[in-house]
Amino acid sequence: MTGLLIRGAALLGAHVDDIRVRDGVIAARGSLSPETDERVIDARGLVALPGLVDLHTHLREPGGEASETVLTGTRAAAAGGFTAVHAMANTSPVADMAGVVEQVQRLGQRHGYAEVRPIGAVTVGLAGEQLAEIGAMARSEARVRVFSDDGHCVHDPLLMRRALEYVATFDGVVAQHAQEPRLTVGAQMNEGALSGELGLAGWPAVAEEAIIARDVLLAEHVGARLHVCHLSTAGSVDVVRWAKARGIAVTAEVTPHHLLLTEELARGYDARFKVNPPLRRDEDVHALRAALADGTIDIVATDHAPHPIEAKECTWAEAAFGMVGLESALSVVQLAVVETGMLDWSDVARVLSSAPARIGRLEGYDEPLAIGAPANIALVDPAHARSWSTADLRGRSTNTPYLGRQLPGRVVHTIHRGVLTVDDGALVAPEAVAAAHQEVARG
Amino acid sequence: MRHLLSTRDLDRETAIRILDVAEDMAQTADREVRKLPPLRGKTVVNLFFEDSTRTRLSFESAAKRLSADVITFSAKGSSVSKGESLKDTAQTLAAMGADAIVVRHHDSGAAHQLAHAGWIDAAIINAGDGTHEHPTQALLDAYTIRARRFGAGARGRDLAGMRVAIVGDILHSRVARANVWLLTTLGAEVHLVAPRTLLPHGVEHWGATVHEHLDDALAAAPDAVMMLRIQSERMRDAYFPSAREYARVWGLTAERLALLGPDTMVMHPGPMNRGLEISSAAADSARSTVLAQVTNGVSIRMAVLYLLVAGSSGTAEPTGGEG
Repeated sequence: MTGLLIRGAALLGAHVDDIRVRDGVIAARGSLSPETDERVIDARGLVALPGLVDLHTHLREPGGEASETVLTGTRAAAAGGFTAVHAMANTSPVADMAGVVEQVQRLGQRHGYAEVRPIGAVTVGLAGEQLAEIGAMARSEARVRVFSDDGHCVHDPLLMRRALEYVATFDGVVAQHAQEPRLTVGAQMNEGALSGELGLAGWPAVAEEAIIARDVLLAEHVGARLHVCHLSTAGSVDVVRWAKARGIAVTAEVTPHHLLLTEELARGYDARFKVNPPLRRDEDVHALRAALADGTIDIVATDHAPHPIEAKECTWAEAAFGMVGLESALSVVQLAVVETGMLDWSDVARVLSSAPARIGRLEGYDEPLAIGAPANIALVDPAHARSWSTADLRGRSTNTPYLGRQLPGRVVHTIHRGVLTVDDGALVAPEAVAAAHQEVARG
Repeated sequence: MRHLLSTRDLDRETAIRILDVAEDMAQTADREVRKLPPLRGKTVVNLFFEDSTRTRLSFESAAKRLSADVITFSAKGSSVSKGESLKDTAQTLAAMGADAIVVRHHDSGAAHQLAHAGWIDAAIINAGDGTHEHPTQALLDAYTIRARRFGAGARGRDLAGMRVAIVGDILHSRVARANVWLLTTLGAEVHLVAPRTLLPHGVEHWGATVHEHLDDALAAAPDAVMMLRIQSERMRDAYFPSAREYARVWGLTAERLALLGPDTMVMHPGPMNRGLEISSAAADSARSTVLAQVTNGVSIRMAVLYLLVAGSSGTAEPTGGEG
């Protein structure tokens, strides 16, 4: 079976049409009749979105295989409707040289659940002292275009300036984890009345906003582009809005969890809710949603951060920062900004697919569901609702903050380069995915 | 009341009941045979992840006077310092049959987690968690204020109308937090005094009056002045420039002592830094309740153990309200 006929899906939630997938590309759209060698997918009631693109994923391989691997992470991605993920550099060894990024990219290619685009480290070992071999990574087979020390801020202003300039030389972008380290020594949660009450060291909003303000000015000065990771405060929104109005080439991302959850969840000291940057106030959540709606924030990125159980089953201060998010991202976005009327499905396609692809210089996602483009498609049932549980997770780790929460929407099918990776809500087996890719390659 | 984790969880009636039971316990200290039987056959574990000789001895003494078997477990040099988790340590102790675990931990929320994570079933008593809470300290402080003010007529009373100034490192102090919630619940008016660097963000929502200078707080004629211990590393971290400057602006010097009203109590949870937050003149004055606080600490901890552990088998008197 070489082709797929998707019948009756609402394209980007708007008009209903059929989609023909052939040889890994979208061959036709319109009112189509099935051909003999085609698998027909009844997509009536489903929304067809372009395959989602995550600009911020921790796949943990190499070095952190107890939490996630390229295989398990891309399976989680497929389950969430993603067909491409950008793998963060904070692995062990760090992705600060061509050998590591090429290995990660190849693993993704071999498994075939999603395209894995490695992110290169800005500095050697993420240590913030010396530039990593950015040119070698950019020119490697992995063609790295996004560079980040995520988990650490490139806080030295001179080094940040050089990084912006040097990365621009290779048409890349620095994705900054904006966290002033001295203002956040030992920080555990958002600084405010609640942190004072709970006796947890505060992570003040200004520690994020001050770095973003500095970086947009640096980006303007050197004429480079800048991407701001996981923006979390209303003040950060103001800074980015100002920078964009000034014409500075800055893009910004928000995570699904910062669009939905607030610091109040820290009250029970359940480390499942410990994340960096921390969950903020209700006012921040609303400012982030509004900024996503008006385009100040360009994209949603998961910051999928798997951790083993023992890294969360301990005191809050001992626990690791981070939450898994690939499987739940689209549902959380639906709940936070679609059902509140702030974004429609074509906006979702922009913030979760075409815009992150453009920032990452990933080809094939410019125009959602375009004829002739690689067939990367997510078919979603927005009417579905479920109480979120660990059974909804597909990666190796279970540190989701949404347990027991009612989340709408479900990814029913995911198609990556013409190959079904999720079929009727279930992940397709690895051998079947690999075999299908070979068949597509043979034509 | 199943656990004692935070004074926030205590309503006025429960708090007064604990203080009243502590009065009963204090009376037994005057008997020839001080030991009481109610916790015979019960096991109380003192689980100390952080050194605190004073608090540990106070709890040990309280449990022994109630005839409990006492196991003390210090993290230093134990499996905990070799990387054993809080969960495994707690489950190990529970497997040994602990009826109550008194826990002191360097991380905020540790006692809350032991009580609510579903790892173990024992009653949990928070003996200080990080910079969060220290409920038995606040209870002994409230007891001390009440006993000093009302003497033999203390039973059944709250602290309505009393004014208590808490002075020093509010930011890092679990004693300050526990006292703010409890004293407020008991009707007292709480004043907090510290340089801005040592006041937590959002302290204005705590329901206390905040002063930046000690002299302003003393001008409000407090009934008790509670001086908090200042740790020397705060100077390194730029919270204030020097011990001398701190003592001059926020220390209870002999000069300030002389300005206090005749009945104003001088309190300190110990250990004291004489010459820094408190002068020797203040520490050793007749107004000082420092040693009474230590004595009262044992009574309060007896009361808490009694209400949580003896009450749990339904053999003794009814316990207070749900905490």
